[in-house]
Amino acid sequence: MSAVWPHLPALQVVVPLLGAVLAAFARSGRTAFVIALLVSWLMPVFAVAILRQTLTAGAISYHLGGWEPPWGIEYRVDVLNAYVIALVSIVGAAIMPFARRSIAFEIEGWREPWFYCMYLLCLTGLLGIAITGDAFNAFVFLEISSLSTYVLIALGANRRALLAAFQYLIVGTIGATFYVIGIGLVYLVTGTLNVVDMAARLGQAWLSQPQTVIAALAFITVGVSLKLALFPLHSWLPNAYAYAPSWVTAFLAATATKVAIYLLVRFYFSVFGAAIEIGALPIADIIVVLSLAAMFIASAIATFESDLKRMLAYSSVAQIGYITLGIGLANQAGLTGGLVHIVNHALMKAALFLSVGAILYRGGGVRLEQLAGVGRKMPLTMAAFTIAGLGLIGVPGTSGFISKWYLAVGAIDGGSWFLVLLILGSSLISIVYVGRVLEIAWLREPAPEIAQAGDPPLSMLLPTLALAAATIYFGFDTELTVGIAGEAAKSLLGGLR
Amino acid sequence: METLVNLAQHYNYVVTIFLMLAGLYIVIARGNMIKKLIGLSIFQTSVYLLYIEPAKIIGGTAPIIDPAFKVYSNPLPHVLILTAIVVGVATIALGLALVVRINEAYGTVEEAEVLEKDRDR
Repeated sequence: MSAVWPHLPALQVVVPLLGAVLAAFARSGRTAFVIALLVSWLMPVFAVAILRQTLTAGAISYHLGGWEPPWGIEYRVDVLNAYVIALVSIVGAAIMPFARRSIAFEIEGWREPWFYCMYLLCLTGLLGIAITGDAFNAFVFLEISSLSTYVLIALGANRRALLAAFQYLIVGTIGATFYVIGIGLVYLVTGTLNVVDMAARLGQAWLSQPQTVIAALAFITVGVSLKLALFPLHSWLPNAYAYAPSWVTAFLAATATKVAIYLLVRFYFSVFGAAIEIGALPIADIIVVLSLAAMFIASAIATFESDLKRMLAYSSVAQIGYITLGIGLANQAGLTGGLVHIVNHALMKAALFLSVGAILYRGGGVRLEQLAGVGRKMPLTMAAFTIAGLGLIGVPGTSGFISKWYLAVGAIDGGSWFLVLLILGSSLISIVYVGRVLEIAWLREPAPEIAQAGDPPLSMLLPTLALAAATIYFGFDTELTVGIAGEAAKSLLGGLR
Repeated sequence: METLVNLAQHYNYVVTIFLMLAGLYIVIARGNMIKKLIGLSIFQTSVYLLYIEPAKIIGGTAPIIDPAFKVYSNPLPHVLILTAIVVGVATIALGLALVVRINEAYGTVEEAEVLEKDRDR
């Protein structure tokens, strides 16, 4: 084991990549599922080990292939990376058991091994973005995760999934290409791709070539914002989430946008923020305004949606607004709130989309009128949905409250009281759309189509309930989430110039 | 006048930016999915040029340590773009595969017609 230990950062990428190859060779969905399950359950072990190491011993620098940075590719892991890696791998492990039945139900048998292959590739890409310290390497991982995501979305049963995947492919590729243009411009003025080296050299470039640096910042912002679905660049997200297989939606909602947010945070705070007076640029104001627009407009659209998956998708856009609001506030409490919400929102959204998957599995529909009385037939599933839904609103006792509390404190620290009112106001809108679903599901008479329905098998029920339980747990015991996020925020803000 | 001279001296960047904008315009303006992918490909290719141009030194050779050569081109952007080309090929291939599936499911590759066909269901 001691021979493996120093290579943990590389294993984060290598293990799922090998798993993907094995899954591609599997003939049956069951074999591929076992491979995916083993890999998914192994990853959190590595991730937690890395997280512990970064918390106790500081940042890890792993030289891929033994080449010294800045010449070779460096995997650089500090608290922030480790936090995101832990989130992605734990969510993957928690929801994996759900996949077997849900996927066998929703996609054709011969495609199942390919589904698991694509999932593992996507996992490789997401973990790769979070762990690498090389800006161009991050692009390659971004494309690995994106390309496999397009395939995962296209596996949806409805033919609209194909169009959703195509539209996401176009938008996602534009986003990734913008990111490469930004990196190219930075490379032109600094001559390096290593983010630490970049931060050290960018200050010099800022003095001689400020326009190039601003253009690079703009390209990277727009490119990554397309991937994280920052309003108004979210157009791909609702259809992609609505028509992808349920399990895929749960996985993507919990991980893909969150990793893109990490990338944005890394560039704002560790690269540009560390090298130039980023406060002198209007970037924080732009982010705050767009976040507020997301919180209100996307929430308002969600209240008018009649399709549950689309409604939750718009709610995701709104919730991403809270996270980016924390980034825009850029003070200790605000950034902590944003980073905590990355985890909290991931857990509750995964629980919500898994519940939807369970309803579909039991023969229910996802249009709101088809949900009538589903709570009486599937009480445990809807209980999980209810808890996670309350988390979305930010009811005290759920993890959503903790995130919003820190965001509100951050807003007050930033001297803007009206932001607190706006955070409260947008939460009121989420009461409307979550409340509408809860009313239909619990209080109405069950429709005849779901008369035979009951809670799904344990393999599907347990992950859903576990995520809902986590939503409550992190509403009370915040030492783990807020502790680590606060630590990450402190080191990010401490690195600012 | 000075600007014009400046642009003429950097004509390669003018071409790159033109291709970039033309590609992006095609992606946005065309409803035909194949044309959209062609636009996307032009857009991506222009970025390859953006990386390669500053790396190429006129009269420079490959970076081989030899007393006979003094001027080298920067190999790193070339390598990066090799990777980016592979990514681009994969993207276009996947995009075309999706268009084939869309054509099978809808019988058309015009985005407007596809949306129209789903509306009346």
